[in-house]
Amino acid sequence: MAMLLSMLSAVFGLAWLVAILADLIWRGAAGLSVQLFTQMTPPPGGSTGGILNALFGSFVLTVIGTLIGTPIGILAGTYMAEYGRKTRLTATVRFINDVLLSAPSIVVGLFVYEVLVVRMGHFSAWAGAVALAMLVLPVVVRTTEDMLNLVPDQLREAACSIGAPRWMVIRKVVYRAARAGIITGVLLAVARISGETAPLLFTALNNQFWSANLNQPMANLPVMIFQFALSPYPYWQQLAWTAALLITAAILALNIIARTLSRGRFNER
Amino acid sequence: MPKQISGRALRGHALMDGLLRSLTRISALTVLVVLGGVIVSLIDGSLPALRAFGLGFVTSETWNPVKDVYGAAPAIYGTLITSLIAMVIGIPVSIGIAIFITELCPVWLKRPISTAIELLAGIPSIIYGIWGLFTFAPLLQRHLQPFLIHAFARAPLLSHLFAGPPYGIGLFTAGLILSIMVLPFITSITRDVFEAVPPMLKEAAYGLGCTTWEVVRKVVLPYTRAGVIGGIMLGLGRALGETMAVTFVIGNAHRISASILAPGTTISASIANEFTEASSNLYTSALIALGLILFVITFIVLAAARFLLLRMERKAGV
Repeated sequence: MAMLLSMLSAVFGLAWLVAILADLIWRGAAGLSVQLFTQMTPPPGGSTGGILNALFGSFVLTVIGTLIGTPIGILAGTYMAEYGRKTRLTATVRFINDVLLSAPSIVVGLFVYEVLVVRMGHFSAWAGAVALAMLVLPVVVRTTEDMLNLVPDQLREAACSIGAPRWMVIRKVVYRAARAGIITGVLLAVARISGETAPLLFTALNNQFWSANLNQPMANLPVMIFQFALSPYPYWQQLAWTAALLITAAILALNIIARTLSRGRFNER
Repeated sequence: MPKQISGRALRGHALMDGLLRSLTRISALTVLVVLGGVIVSLIDGSLPALRAFGLGFVTSETWNPVKDVYGAAPAIYGTLITSLIAMVIGIPVSIGIAIFITELCPVWLKRPISTAIELLAGIPSIIYGIWGLFTFAPLLQRHLQPFLIHAFARAPLLSHLFAGPPYGIGLFTAGLILSIMVLPFITSITRDVFEAVPPMLKEAAYGLGCTTWEVVRKVVLPYTRAGVIGGIMLGLGRALGETMAVTFVIGNAHRISASILAPGTTISASIANEFTEASSNLYTSALIALGLILFVITFIVLAAARFLLLRMERKAGV
């Protein structure tokens, strides 16, 4: 009886995944067209237009956010796994990092608003990218540390014994051995930020027009979905659904790629 | 004959070593600086509101931007209630799924099911929001909520809890969606700690003639208690801070209603909805103060979760 319940809960959990994805495809696919990728977001009440500027903006924000967050994350993870394995600093950073990993992302938005938007006097793509970078950081720190710790110490010792200095051991041996794992971490981080809305609401804001200026508000898919879905215009709502479908497909694809990468890695061992 | 290493090359290596070492150290410190920065800036930003309203900010129910008077009670209440609903539904289901994956499921099915559940975590929260508003809420409004109102109409107490017109959106809907969203987090941790139970213990129990259910209840759960609670707290931390999915379906009404079917608001939803529209400095400050309260609550919950999980890891390591 109790076992039946546990089986039912598994079915319950999977049913939501299927229901959400099916609905998303059903409603989102109706709006797929070429103009989606060639035109800007329409004005209120408009009935033609695409999401080109939002796609571009999301891409730019995600790339910059990843470029800022990843190097710091990998270096911090390297310190924790290579230089300070048993130090108190490492233990503290690990604890704080784990808390940051699940901290509410809207609070990150508030922080960046206070620090960047207020100082600069206006919303900007830079602020949005920094907010996203702060979400990338804990994910990359965590996976880098875990993956470097998986590299057997014999490899390090072997490299040291033939006279390689520490920095070379890390760069040429440890990083190479853990490459797939670290890339997985970065992919997961990208997947996480590409759907994040809350930290962008009052940092990058949104922009109805094409803008490649990082000092100005920039259009992006999540905030666009938020605004369009809550609007009274049917065409805007349709665009929101289609954008939602695209974003989910991209994120699930990233997740699956990351998973296969790390699985191949573990089978080698 | 061995080649001599020049002093210059050695000094170069020493320099690189020191460079990489301090670079990585600085990066590790950045993580701490980020957290410190968040706390300092939130406190700094919320000072005007806290000075104006004092401790009454937390207990006051008034939220009136026109008169510039703000109280956080409805938002705190909404945050706690929606998370409570999410936990009431999410905990048993997650543990059930974890039991299914570790104890019952055929080996070939383990991976696909785990992956599918984890994909639920990959779906961005805004997707839950748009789906919740356009598909899920109307369904609830038409079917589940009228049923609940009708079913509990005569019951004392419960009739207040499930009272009023079926809006579709509201605290109850937000709680339900949150329960789906926390599933993958609680499930994956619970599954991991279940798998850390030494097979010897389980087999001994099976050897004594225990059923699967008895093994789970008497061996697996007691052994993994700290880990399971840690996973639950982690899920709770997520539910408390979740923003977009809730913002879509909560109704954004700053009041405390007896009925959980009524619209309400949460801390994160208030910030998301009102921050860019906040017209006065005090308004902005009040919203940042809400953020500070949210951060403090989630920080405590998440820190407790990590502490419990850390204890569990040490136990497994011994």
